[in-house]
Amino acid sequence: MNPIQALGANSIAKVAAIGRAGLMLIGAIFALPKLKNVPLTIQQIYVVGVQSLLIIVVSGLFIGMVMALQGYTILVDYGAEGSLGPMVALSLLRELGPVVTALLFAGRAGSALTAEIGLMKATEQLSSLEMMAVDPLRRVVAPRFWAGLISMPLLAAIFSAVGILGGHVVGVDWLGVDAGSYWSLMQSSVEWGNDVGNGIIKSLVFALVVTWIAIFKGYDSTPTSEGISKATTQTVVFSSLAVLGLDFILTALMFGIE
Amino acid sequence: MNKYKAELMVGVFVLLSIGALLMLALNVANQTMSTKGDTYTLYAKFDNIGGLKERSAVKVGGVTVGRVTSITLDKKDYTPVVELSIISKYSEFPETSSVSILTSGLLGEQYVGFQPGFSFDGIANLQDGDYLQDTKSALVLEDLIGQFLFSRGKDED
Repeated sequence: MNPIQALGANSIAKVAAIGRAGLMLIGAIFALPKLKNVPLTIQQIYVVGVQSLLIIVVSGLFIGMVMALQGYTILVDYGAEGSLGPMVALSLLRELGPVVTALLFAGRAGSALTAEIGLMKATEQLSSLEMMAVDPLRRVVAPRFWAGLISMPLLAAIFSAVGILGGHVVGVDWLGVDAGSYWSLMQSSVEWGNDVGNGIIKSLVFALVVTWIAIFKGYDSTPTSEGISKATTQTVVFSSLAVLGLDFILTALMFGIE
Repeated sequence: MNKYKAELMVGVFVLLSIGALLMLALNVANQTMSTKGDTYTLYAKFDNIGGLKERSAVKVGGVTVGRVTSITLDKKDYTPVVELSIISKYSEFPETSSVSILTSGLLGEQYVGFQPGFSFDGIANLQDGDYLQDTKSALVLEDLIGQFLFSRGKDED
């Protein structure tokens, strides 16, 4: 009887956790209208957005450069190296920009959010806030949630732009693809709404999921040092899996067979 | 001081990402030619449109003057009807103009090549909604090979 009971207890715990996560998200979403929370949100954009800028720019640059290098060696066999621009731009805008940004964001900012909130809980700062009649959802969770939601699409846009420039550096300046065909073929095959817009929608969805998981894992962590380390690990693992899984669904919906 | 610095950096961050979006908009995405408002519509019937797609370009001597807006099949004679949306700025094409489906490069995308005809007296310009009479279909490689083999076979007889 014991395994079945364990399964039942496990399922109830999972469903209850989803419920708590939903309640926390609602608490965080409806906490924006307070004007005094805006400076707090800006402070958090600095922490999760600006401080992730370096890793985003560097990885965007190198991913663009690597794609140009790999794409060139294959395309040049068919005399189609002019299509390097569309290849780099489309794969960055549609897939790599949103996905890699979300993965890096989960590792760089998501884990930090979980650890910070988890430690606040472990050192009973959240309880102290509640004792002073300050809602920790409004004061602590909401600014971080909105900061993540605002930062990630911006980071993804920077990632794609830098990656395209990196592709230009390798493809045009180093390997000698014609600069005119790099840009003009890119322009004729990239559409503003369909490619750039869908990429931004994707990264908004990823931002919601990653920030949500990160904050909830911290907010719901066992307040011990072991619990925080477990929560931080789970944040990175769960949000990476969620991003990759959701990416397939979103791609199928956006760019699937029409 | 610390707060001021944070706000300043967030401002720089937002400016950077607006710059990135602007670059994506202006340099990477195509400046979508206005297909609404200042365009007029022409129709052309082809036997075979090959790989032509909606939004393919319509070019006169390499200059893009419009786009393919829709491709439908005529229900009576089962031939493809291609709707071309041409910018009103280029409205002085005579009725004797011809269109053909061409390929840019060996592996490139297909586009509609528009060949303006000569204008004599008594030949009117194309109006909105007109059908172009003189059309040349897309080159289908398999047909070409078939013709080549057929003519080879005739030579040997």
